[in-house]
Amino acid sequence: MHDRTLALLADDLAARRVSAVELTEHFLQRIEQFDAQLNAFVTVTRDEALAQAAVADKRLAAGNATPLTGIPIAHKDIFCTQGVKTSCGSKILDNFISPYDATVVSRLRDAGAVMLGKTNMDEFAMGSSSETSFYGAVRNPWDHELVPGGSSGGSAAAVAARMVCGATGTDTGGSIRQPASLSGITGFKPTYGRVSRYGMVAFASSLDQAGTLTRTAEDAALMMQVMAGFDERDSTALTDPVPAFSSALETPWQTITIGVPENFFDDGLDEGSAQAIRDALRVFERLGATIKDVHLEHVHLSVPVYYVVASAEASSNLSRFDGVRYGHRAENIDNLTELYMRTRGEGFGAEVKRRILTGTYVLSAGYYDAYYLQAQKVRQLISDDFARAFADVDFLMGPTTPTPAFGIGQKMDDPIQMYLNDIYTIGANLAGLPALSVPCGFSGGLPVGLQLIGAHLSEPALLKVAHYFQLETDWHTRVPAAYA
Amino acid sequence: MKWEVVIGLEIHTQLATASKIFSGASTTYGAPPNSQACLVDLGYPGILPVLNEQVVRMAIKFGLATNCKISRRSVFARKNYFYPDLPKGYQISQYELPIVSGGHIDIVLDDGEIKTIRITRAHLEEDAGKSLHENFHGASGIDLNRAGTPLLEIVSEPDLRSAMEAGIYMRKIHTLVRYLGISDGNMQEGSFRCDANVSIRLKGDKKLGTRTELKNLNSFRFVEKAIEIEVERQIEILEEGGHIVLETRLYDSDRNETRPMRSKEEANDYRYFPDPDLLPLVIEDALVDELKDSLPELPDAKRVRFVKEYELSDYDAGVLTANLETADYYEEAVRSTTVASPKLVANWVQGELAAALNRDGLDIAEAKVASAELGLLAERIEDGTVSGKLAKEVFERLWHDGGSIDDIIEQRGLKQISDSGTIEKLVDDVLAQNPTQLEQFRGGNEKVIGFFVGQIMKASDGKANPKQVNAILRKKLNE
Repeated sequence: MHDRTLALLADDLAARRVSAVELTEHFLQRIEQFDAQLNAFVTVTRDEALAQAAVADKRLAAGNATPLTGIPIAHKDIFCTQGVKTSCGSKILDNFISPYDATVVSRLRDAGAVMLGKTNMDEFAMGSSSETSFYGAVRNPWDHELVPGGSSGGSAAAVAARMVCGATGTDTGGSIRQPASLSGITGFKPTYGRVSRYGMVAFASSLDQAGTLTRTAEDAALMMQVMAGFDERDSTALTDPVPAFSSALETPWQTITIGVPENFFDDGLDEGSAQAIRDALRVFERLGATIKDVHLEHVHLSVPVYYVVASAEASSNLSRFDGVRYGHRAENIDNLTELYMRTRGEGFGAEVKRRILTGTYVLSAGYYDAYYLQAQKVRQLISDDFARAFADVDFLMGPTTPTPAFGIGQKMDDPIQMYLNDIYTIGANLAGLPALSVPCGFSGGLPVGLQLIGAHLSEPALLKVAHYFQLETDWHTRVPAAYA
Repeated sequence: MKWEVVIGLEIHTQLATASKIFSGASTTYGAPPNSQACLVDLGYPGILPVLNEQVVRMAIKFGLATNCKISRRSVFARKNYFYPDLPKGYQISQYELPIVSGGHIDIVLDDGEIKTIRITRAHLEEDAGKSLHENFHGASGIDLNRAGTPLLEIVSEPDLRSAMEAGIYMRKIHTLVRYLGISDGNMQEGSFRCDANVSIRLKGDKKLGTRTELKNLNSFRFVEKAIEIEVERQIEILEEGGHIVLETRLYDSDRNETRPMRSKEEANDYRYFPDPDLLPLVIEDALVDELKDSLPELPDAKRVRFVKEYELSDYDAGVLTANLETADYYEEAVRSTTVASPKLVANWVQGELAAALNRDGLDIAEAKVASAELGLLAERIEDGTVSGKLAKEVFERLWHDGGSIDDIIEQRGLKQISDSGTIEKLVDDVLAQNPTQLEQFRGGNEKVIGFFVGQIMKASDGKANPKQVNAILRKKLNE
């Protein structure tokens, strides 16, 4: 069963070839079998999942099901789930049982999707390897000595190892696309504001966007159909109507122009990856696409701009974790200052502290103009570069990451090297653009991801182009031998 | 005095919305601790603020009423600091781009001089919760009911030159926000409070002296007293050759002194930056126009109209328009009678009615004599049914027991005697009974007329029409 995509299993459920309870039991059994070695889950919600599956079967029988009814999924542990621990990969929220559901969670639940559990992640989504979690590093199903990417590494590993049909993730600087690329699956980050941020523990509010980790673009379209759309509880949610993503995939191929940012093919790009990307572009040429070189003038400044803006917002967003109302509180406290210092000192990990310090610094009196304000100006320039490019081309394509998966522990002592892993993905976040990563080959036996970036709200076209690529190739069907 | 006092006020007005500025929780005062704090107010992980549209309308109304500019685009910013009653670790406020800026209002000083006070800005922000340090052994309590309550912070330029001017200005803003219906102005409940920035300089100096900030003054009297005592303190320091320290001070009303505050804001860098959870607040011209058209008559305009329409003195009109409820009561009373003069009604509103309200500790909304009844009572004075003096007795009966004015007059025999035959008889009797005084009058002592009037009124139990008594008495004396 687990070799079938979400879309195929949706058909099986609708045709009653399999029941939701059978499907849920099958995937729960795989989690039991494999997760000890992968560490993809923080929490497995077996009982709730089986109860939800039973309800889903009733809906399927009653004929009021949606395509997601009975589909086993997992949520990144950054989404608040009522009555279930929502840790965000941090000790400071290790004891936090959310009293409410995130909009993403309630929408998927209402559609009948069955939550199997909450997936592991970099602490507060700060990281590119899923190693900074309080619950330990997640391992890459392709090679357990390697990272699955991050921060949505638990979701990526769970989908890559076929422990769920699809999973939610969040992408602030590449946290969906990068782990999708490193784990050989499809990761989709919609336009900023397309999916409500309500109930998503905030990292960097102006960049955070929820999306999907699935095996195919077709699967992503099915999940997006439920997740996308205005939410009055999120003031930054877009009011634009939600198009029919799945039917957009079925529309005939149209001639497109693909822009390839030459800056993405720099010295930092692994040769095997570069070859896989070039091969992928040839597939599109065969489909009748025109390929054009484009130059994004300021995109090389993405990483520094990102680490100023994201850290600034994070330093403020994470102030609420103070031990007063919920979460970890240090014991044997004498005074207020000690309460703050020890609670936060004990509760946050090293990378989170690094970003809080950086963010506090760049917002401080005397430094604000030089860092935060300057970064906002450059952010605008980067956005303008993308806007100019999309006047000429329909999509931008290039590598998702400079290299395939790297070793656990390899970059933990070198934050700059770690940060540079997001060099190609951050631009789309700074500009708020939809982007996705699809498997497009291998380098040294490890999956390589092709990144596709579209203009604002171009999700249907973007998913369609990725879908056509997956009709022409079979990279997305490759599965690590141990998890076949 | 060689010193000039310079004061600017920051007034925090709680906006009279049903729900909070960024959440749906109720703003009702006095609920059990933390019963009116939802997940947004508690700063839970993942929650987001959604702006209450009502506060925008209220801020615009205030701006329009104070000749301010309404920013078509304003920005909410985060003010970052740690305190247990600040759940998110930041307060959402407005910093660089406030919704309202650059206006002015006029205040009338005690000598009648009109002074213009400039308003720097007014911005929207959320209130914090409350820390309770008493009754918790070895701990503090936090009540977040107030967290997220909408405030409009109104900042004046340092245009005020005395504690008295500050008090007048604060009263004027208080009157204004209540006229506009944007705040209940309830000072006991903290809905209207202010911080005063106070400094002194030698008269003629252009440069401002170092200021101190007096925090959380929650009554007009405290504002005046705190400033007075702070000015005295500053003068003393400077005259002794010392210098003023820029600091936040607290006014202790029990000891009538100000002292440095151990402040949560001590040496804080607030790291303001635009709140990425809220889009810039964009205001369309149509909304401003709509609100402009819906503004009520404002206190200044009403005062001028009262002077003109009701022929009141500027002072009377000022008192009657100082709050909207009184002004409305007065106008209803005047409009309920075509006979009584507006001046007579004004005297009664400011006299008997005000005294009775004051005595019983009631608001005018709770007055036990309705405006139309007061109008009718004035009419009965004007038409001679009852004397002004006995009308006070009618008023008291009405206040305590209710009933109809005419019945009270009838039943209690308070009706004025205006029948000239009856009065003539009274006059004749009194003159006959007091031959000595009559002799004195004949001898040229005019003052005894007062004595005769008193005796006649007494003989009539105060009911004789005094005008007629006077006229008839003089006629008889001159016969």
